[in-house]
This record gives sequence, C-alpha cells and structure tokens, in this order.
Amino acid sequence: MRALVWHGKEDIRCDTVTDPEIEGERDVIVKVTSCAICGSDLHLFHNFIPAMLPGDVMGHETMGEVVETGRGLNGKLKKGDRVVVPFTIVCGECDQCKRGYFSVCQRSNRKKHLADKVFGHTTAGLFGYTHLTGGYPGGQAEYLRVPFADSTVQKVPEGIPDEKLLFLSDIFPTGWQAAVQADIQPTDTVAIWGCGPVGQMTIRSAVLLGAEQVIAIDHLPERLDMAEAGGAITINFKEENVVERLNELTGGEGPEKCIDCIGMESHVTPAMPDTVYDRAKQILLAESDRPHVLREMIYVCRPGGLISIPGVYGGLADKIPMGAAMNKGLTFRMGQTHVQRWTADLLRRIEEDQIDPSFVITHEVPLDQGPEMYRTFRDKQDSCIKVVLKP
Amino acid sequence: MTNLSSLTNFSNITRSEGDPKVIHSGPSSRGVPDSLARGLGWFSLGLGLTELLAPGRITRALGMEGKEALVRVYGAREIGSGILSLSVDKKLGLWSRVAGDGLDIATVMTALRPDNPKRDNAVIALALLLGITAIDLIDAQATTMRHSRSAGRRRTYRDRSGFPRGVDASRGAARDFKTPPDLRHAPALAAVSPRTSAA
Ligand SMILES: [Zn+2]
Ligand SMILES: [Zn+2]
Repeated sequence: MRALVWHGKEDIRCDTVTDPEIEGERDVIVKVTSCAICGSDLHLFHNFIPAMLPGDVMGHETMGEVVETGRGLNGKLKKGDRVVVPFTIVCGECDQCKRGYFSVCQRSNRKKHLADKVFGHTTAGLFGYTHLTGGYPGGQAEYLRVPFADSTVQKVPEGIPDEKLLFLSDIFPTGWQAAVQADIQPTDTVAIWGCGPVGQMTIRSAVLLGAEQVIAIDHLPERLDMAEAGGAITINFKEENVVERLNELTGGEGPEKCIDCIGMESHVTPAMPDTVYDRAKQILLAESDRPHVLREMIYVCRPGGLISIPGVYGGLADKIPMGAAMNKGLTFRMGQTHVQRWTADLLRRIEEDQIDPSFVITHEVPLDQGPEMYRTFRDKQDSCIKVVLKP
Repeated sequence: MTNLSSLTNFSNITRSEGDPKVIHSGPSSRGVPDSLARGLGWFSLGLGLTELLAPGRITRALGMEGKEALVRVYGAREIGSGILSLSVDKKLGLWSRVAGDGLDIATVMTALRPDNPKRDNAVIALALLLGITAIDLIDAQATTMRHSRSAGRRRTYRDRSGFPRGVDASRGAARDFKTPPDLRHAPALAAVSPRTSAA
C-alpha cells in the first residue's frame, strides 16, 4: 500500500510499504477513506519530538471502513463498519481507562519501558507518533491496523460526509476538552492563543459552552478571519500588544480562562525577545520547547484563573514564571486528549447541527501529494489551515 | 529495497510483524534547495571545526601567519552558520553563510599582496570562495522563495463560522453539557459579576 513515511527532519515521502496485518485478537484493519495532517505532525516533521525512526508511518487523524477483524472482538466490530479512529489507543480495561483518562491508558503503549524511563510512567499508545508512545504506524496510509479496536474506535453512521466526522479523531475533541477542562462559566472571558485547527475548534467549543467573550490571538490574517467568523474577538499580536488588549477587554482584570493552542513551537520574532532566546537555546539543544505562550498566559491570567493546555509540549521548557503562577493561585490543566471520553457526545452535536467541523478544511488532496502539503501547511502557504488527504 | 537508507532498513528491526515496512521510497518533501542547504550546513561545520582546531594550517597555506586568532573566530562563526543551515531556520543559516562569505573574501583579498610567497594559494582560495558564494546566494534565494508564505493564493475565511445555525444562535447552544466533577473549577459568579449585573 502507499503511506506517508517519516525519513528524517523535513523529509516525508509517499512510500510503497507492506500492508499492515492483524496481530492481536482485538485488532482490526481499517481501509482509510480520509485522513488529515495535524499541527502536531509538524513537530515530528521538524524532528522536535524525540524517538522517531526512519520508516515510521505518519498520521493520527483517520477514518474509514473496517475490512478485517481479529478474533477477540465478540461481534463489537465487524467488516463494513464505518469508524473514526481517535489518535489515542486505549485498552478500555485499566484503571485510567475506567476513569475516562484514556490518553494515559496504562496498557496500550507497547514500548512502555521507553515511556517509563522518559516520563516516569507510561502514557497511552498513539498512532503515527514517536516510539515513546509505542511507535504505532499511523493512518496517513491506505490501510491502518487498530489495536484494542473495540475500545479505541468510534463507530459512525452512514450518510454523513467524511469531512464532518473526520475531526472526531483529534482536533474537535481536543478543542472541546481544552474548553471543557476550563469549566467555562457564563461570565467568563476565554482567551485562546493560536488559531490553527485546534484553536479554531477551541473557539467553537467555547462559544457553544457559552463563554461571555471568546478572544483569539494569532498573526495570520486568514486564521484570524476564520476565528472571527466563529464568534471570537481577535487580537493580531503583530499589530497589537496582547497583554494590554486582553486587559482592556476584561476591564483591567485579565481573562479568567487562558488556553494554549500553540504548544512548543511558538512564533519567533524579535518583537518578542524571549522567543528569540528560546529559539537560540533550542538550536544549541539547551531547551526543547519554546514556552512564550505559557509565560504570557501566566502573566495576563486573572488571579484564581485557569490555564488549559491542549498544545503539545515535548520536553524541557525554560523560564516559566512559577512565582506569578503560584502567587496568583492559577489552576493548570493539560494533557493529550482523552478522545474517547468525548466522541459519542460530539458525534451527537454534529448530527444535531450544533457544529459542522468541516469548516476548517482548506485543502483536500490525494495522499501522494502529502509530502508537498506538509510543506505548504508548515510554511502557511496558500492560506493553508487544514489539509485532508484522500488515499 | 532499492533506494532505502541503511538506517531505514535498520529501524525495521524495531517494528513488529504486522507493521508496514518500506518497500520503495517516493519523492521527498525536501526539495533540492533544502537538500543543498543541508550539504552546505555540513560543509560549514567541517570547515568551522578545521578553522577552530587547526587555524595554523590555513594561515600557513595562505601566507597569513599571525592571523590564527581571527581564523578561530571565523571558525566559530562558520559553525554557527552550519548549525543554523541544518536547523528548521535554514534560511537564516544560508544568509549568514552569504554574509560570512563576504568577510572571508575580504580577508583573503589581503593575502593577494605581491610580496606574499603563497599568493598563488590565495588566488585559488579566492576563486573557490567566489564559487561557493555563488552557490550560497543561489540557495539562499531559492530557499527563501520556496518557503515564503506569500506563495499561493490569499484566501479569506470570513464565511466559515462552522455553525450551521449561525454564530448568534450557537452561543451557549451546548449549555446542556455538564462539566464532569473532575474538571470543575471556580464557582459561577453570575449574581455578583459587575459585568453581568450591568447588562
Ligand atoms: Zn493531532
Ligand atoms: Zn487502558
């Protein structure tokens, strides 16, 4: 089959690879009908996440049709089922899964020993990601093997286009959890850093959950346009001072809820000297993450407020103002998304026309154009926000 | 397995039986300017290390004895350009190489004085420098163009609310959702918030 394969920094290729095969009793093989490139794929593209190996198949936002099943599924999944495959692989049986903390499933990471060493304790296995999370081949491919399939996938009905459902695999639940874990109150101002795909979903989630005002921060005009269309007040950090503007919009008190939809690779510009400092340290391997957004959030957040972090961090971040965070009594909530905790509810909201997540798609191309699209998406060319690939 | 790197073959060992393994590789997301940038980056590192560790060999060859400290400084600069050219910010790296080329040329020019017994070497070095400067310039421009944000269309997404019923009808449309107990935070202030009570 064909698949997008990681070969090194900025080196993704559409390769011919062997077809995946059923290994475990609860495995299924999914024939992929749609998959997407995610912002976190760009961290892998840049080789900022450790433990990628040449030959790794990319992709963790996938949907398709079950074409082969393992023997231990007890009829819960059968050939022909239409499924969305969340990026988190979950056993459904461990203590964490039972609690709904799926992204820290204790049993789905097949390279647990690596994760135990690096993180202290393992987290869930993820598709198309580093070997620290199992090195499971991803879904930017014609076929995908899904382990623990009965607890991992979300069955979806026929009759709704892929484009509306695909993002149940990651960015929609990720934006949703980012907003939900901020426990948005009707009086809250929610400030969202980053208007990429996750930022856009977070904006919609915060609006649906009834925030008093939603403020979105970015510098790319097309992304700010889309944020505004979704009901956000926008701040272009290249033109306005973010802290001043946020204070202005909140009567000088700062937003109650701050959400980081950027993560480890914040924009670098001499206008924000700390970003240049971080980039220099990063190049010298003295720091892996650029936490500009974290610093700004901690500074501007209202005391007693909450900081929600769906953006991906990879390793070590420097100069985090813990003094301000501690004295202001801020709450931090973060993590990879517990996708399976939200998918059924969000599927209903799509079916009920509360939201149509396909609004974020700006490019839809065949799989073999994937390598070029990684570059287009990374360089933000052609007003690219979200790429869907058709195998 | 025609065009696979040995590393790809090696990393197949870490895969399980049912995992896809590369049979044949397609074209890379790295373009020619990107690959050239990597080549120039490694070249910078090699040259920089030589300048840093064995500046005497260079000054002797060019008849520039006494300039060892300067060559070391250039070596450090070269290593910096190399690291940048190999990084995601290769554009910066390449342009810093172009600037460095200018400095190198100006310095080697001083060795062209008629009384320098190694003048011939200096002429060869200058020719090489001019050649590499041309390559650096071309690649810096090509890389800048290739990764420029201005490539492609300028589109606007002002009509993309994502809400089939429109934004206003969607505000609070999911208030039926109850925050799970583990994700609750500060209590609502609906009754006492100055902003709400004013409304
Ligand atoms: Zn993702
Ligand atoms: Zn589990």
